[in-house]
Amino acid sequence: MNRNELRNEVERRWPGQAQCRYNGSNCEVTCTHAVLPELSGRLFLEWNYSFGGLIVEEGSDEWQLRYVFYGDGEVGRPTDNGFVHVPVTAPLADKTFPSIAKFVHAADWHEREAEDMFGVVFEGHPRLGDFILHDDAWQEGVEPMRRSFDAQAAMHHRRPATDWRPRRIVQEPGAFVMPVGPKYSGVTEPAHFLLESVGEDVIRSTPRLFYKWRAVEKLAEGKTPDRVLLLAERFAATTAFAHGLAFCEAVERICGANVPPRARILRVFLAELERLRQHAGAIQEICESTGLVVANSQAGILEEDLLRTSGELTGHRYLFGLVALGGLSRNLSDEACAKALEQCRRTLKLLNQLEQRLRVSSSFLDRLEQVGIVPQRTAWVYGLLGPIARASGVVRDLRRAQPYLSYEDYQFDVPGETEGDGYARLRILFAEARQSVRIMEQAVAALQTQQSNNPIIHQSLSLGAGAALGWVEAPRGATFHWVRLNDEGKIVRYHILTPSFANWHGFHLAVEKFAFQDFPIMLSTFDLSVAENDR
Amino acid sequence: MSQWVINGIRRGIQTTAYPAKPETAAGVSPGLPLGGAYPLEQMNSLMARCPTRVFSARDGQLVVDERHCIHCYRCMHGANQPVNWRQDYEWGTIRDGQGEFGRPFEKSIHICVMDAGDCGACLNEVRQLNNPYYNMHRLGFFITPTPRHADVLLVVGAVTDHIKFTLQKVYEAMPTPKRVVAVGACALTGGVFADSFVCTKGVADVLPVDVEVPGNPAPPLAILHGLLVAVGRKAPWSPAVQAPPEKETPNESGHAAAASARTKA
Ligand code: SF4
Repeated sequence: MNRNELRNEVERRWPGQAQCRYNGSNCEVTCTHAVLPELSGRLFLEWNYSFGGLIVEEGSDEWQLRYVFYGDGEVGRPTDNGFVHVPVTAPLADKTFPSIAKFVHAADWHEREAEDMFGVVFEGHPRLGDFILHDDAWQEGVEPMRRSFDAQAAMHHRRPATDWRPRRIVQEPGAFVMPVGPKYSGVTEPAHFLLESVGEDVIRSTPRLFYKWRAVEKLAEGKTPDRVLLLAERFAATTAFAHGLAFCEAVERICGANVPPRARILRVFLAELERLRQHAGAIQEICESTGLVVANSQAGILEEDLLRTSGELTGHRYLFGLVALGGLSRNLSDEACAKALEQCRRTLKLLNQLEQRLRVSSSFLDRLEQVGIVPQRTAWVYGLLGPIARASGVVRDLRRAQPYLSYEDYQFDVPGETEGDGYARLRILFAEARQSVRIMEQAVAALQTQQSNNPIIHQSLSLGAGAALGWVEAPRGATFHWVRLNDEGKIVRYHILTPSFANWHGFHLAVEKFAFQDFPIMLSTFDLSVAENDR
Repeated sequence: MSQWVINGIRRGIQTTAYPAKPETAAGVSPGLPLGGAYPLEQMNSLMARCPTRVFSARDGQLVVDERHCIHCYRCMHGANQPVNWRQDYEWGTIRDGQGEFGRPFEKSIHICVMDAGDCGACLNEVRQLNNPYYNMHRLGFFITPTPRHADVLLVVGAVTDHIKFTLQKVYEAMPTPKRVVAVGACALTGGVFADSFVCTKGVADVLPVDVEVPGNPAPPLAILHGLLVAVGRKAPWSPAVQAPPEKETPNESGHAAAASARTKA
């Protein structure tokens, strides 16, 4: 649906209650509270818009909620970037909004987060409370993202309860619950699972997260964008470059900055290098979880090779300190990039060989095929993102749908699969790794052209008041960073919407009715980051 | 199946020679800033550029407290007079007041890895230690999932409120004697999260830390060095150029500077 069709549809359905207007290249649909759930539901379920997230801001006298949806932008028509924002307001004293989660299930966790952080209530939401702030550990009434919240005041903590359990557990003769975590297994991020079982098979597993909640968004408030960039890179540093980039895109959009052409090309190059490295790491974890020792070692070698390539090219194995507001912090020479590309090509060759061998290893395939199946419809309803969604046939990629950094100039495919099982997710990782190298080749070629031979890689910004969204297709899926600056150019609100947040929400779908020993495999094929989810 | 065996053998040995010989491959370490004699003007500009107060000046020398370094490279990229950089990785130090360890764990240790709120990078670097390049099993280092079998607790991340209790329980569950190795800027000083109201300013706020490995993240070889220090098989890194003339150690003054910065902010 393009924006004219959308406008006609909105005005026909809800005359006087909803309006479509254009704000820059965004489309904003303002509407009354009564219309909000149905409007969101139609955008999401009928008109094929993905749900990007819910952004809550506490203005000086009103609540400003912003529901972000995105469809396929029209390539070559910069006036329509495919985003649809639905802003809703209410006076501060009135903290109730209608819940859209019953139509847009993808918004479920977003509403729970907003309730926990701001105390905003969503009428009709079945399950608010005990989300980011663990109820057993925190006193009642703490609303950390409110302006009135004093982060310096002493906080009264209770000792966390060791017998936490979800509201519902399986009640059947012989049923039992096996708790896993928060500290479990060898080298893992903390998360707590209850595996509910009747004998051999696990019926359900409810994850409890946010053990790593570091209140990054609160920490950003009142700081300069320069400082917050450090946080953006470091809150989930396995995909540091993507998140740093999304933050910079947002700030640059506020300031109307024009990033120099060479910096744009280098950003694409580095973003793809990071994707390649992260996918190699994810492949290694899948091999490890299936217990295939040689494959695990070989994938491990490839991941370390790519870490070293990154380190040699940029000085840092996780690409810290490269992306800067208005460009990059340093230039990378054509030769260095060409050398890194050469190394990536070699790694990709080995990666392809690895895939060939995995394809014919029946003991490996047996453990991945038909395991943790997420059907296409469910993947959509839960708003899954990235390789996980693409393995279930939800093929949407921001590099294609909403090109940033002139991705529209690059030739690449967005691979998709339909099975939605563990093996499909693995195949997507391999296929995307190949596409990344393909993009890197084009970036290196573009670097050598005359126009971008200009060594300027940075433009200074004049910071001013405003707000904007930055978006990037991070290795794990779409990420959106919302930034609002005040007149002094300080951060007033920073909200990070991450792919892991969306994918953890849907993780329990994959872990229904499975054998105990498959649990690590499901976890690894989802390639979830707790740090990225918890923030 | 045999194809895996053949292919595995064909790949040959990739493992680093470290600790017997230094590792020389490129890209194994992000490096750290190097202290020493600098012109006054350059020292001032470096101190102003660094967001985490790594640098301080004493007696015309630039003192570096690498525990605070978050690898933002602002003292390098874009600086008119960049700092000198060292590309080594033997960064493990024994925390003040822990003294000599003796040799209870010299041959082999079991390590319990605890993520107390890291960004994923430190944990990923710990994971690399099991891959063939580093293969820490050859040194008698094994990762164990349970604290009951562990001699060393390796902690990464700025300890968050939600995980603090778990961390303490894991430590208590370990049999004595035991060591705590804190890895990464967040575990040493809180890193970029130090000012968060739900994070500590390092693991030492919660547990007695024995060995510290700086870096954001600490590269695998630095973590390996830290473990070797913990078992007494390698000497801790000592900042020869940065030996403090007075009683006050550089670390403490670094702390003080950071603390006063915080109260100002
Ligand atoms: S890299 Fe950054 S944190 Fe480290 S010393 Fe340089 S400026 Fe300071």
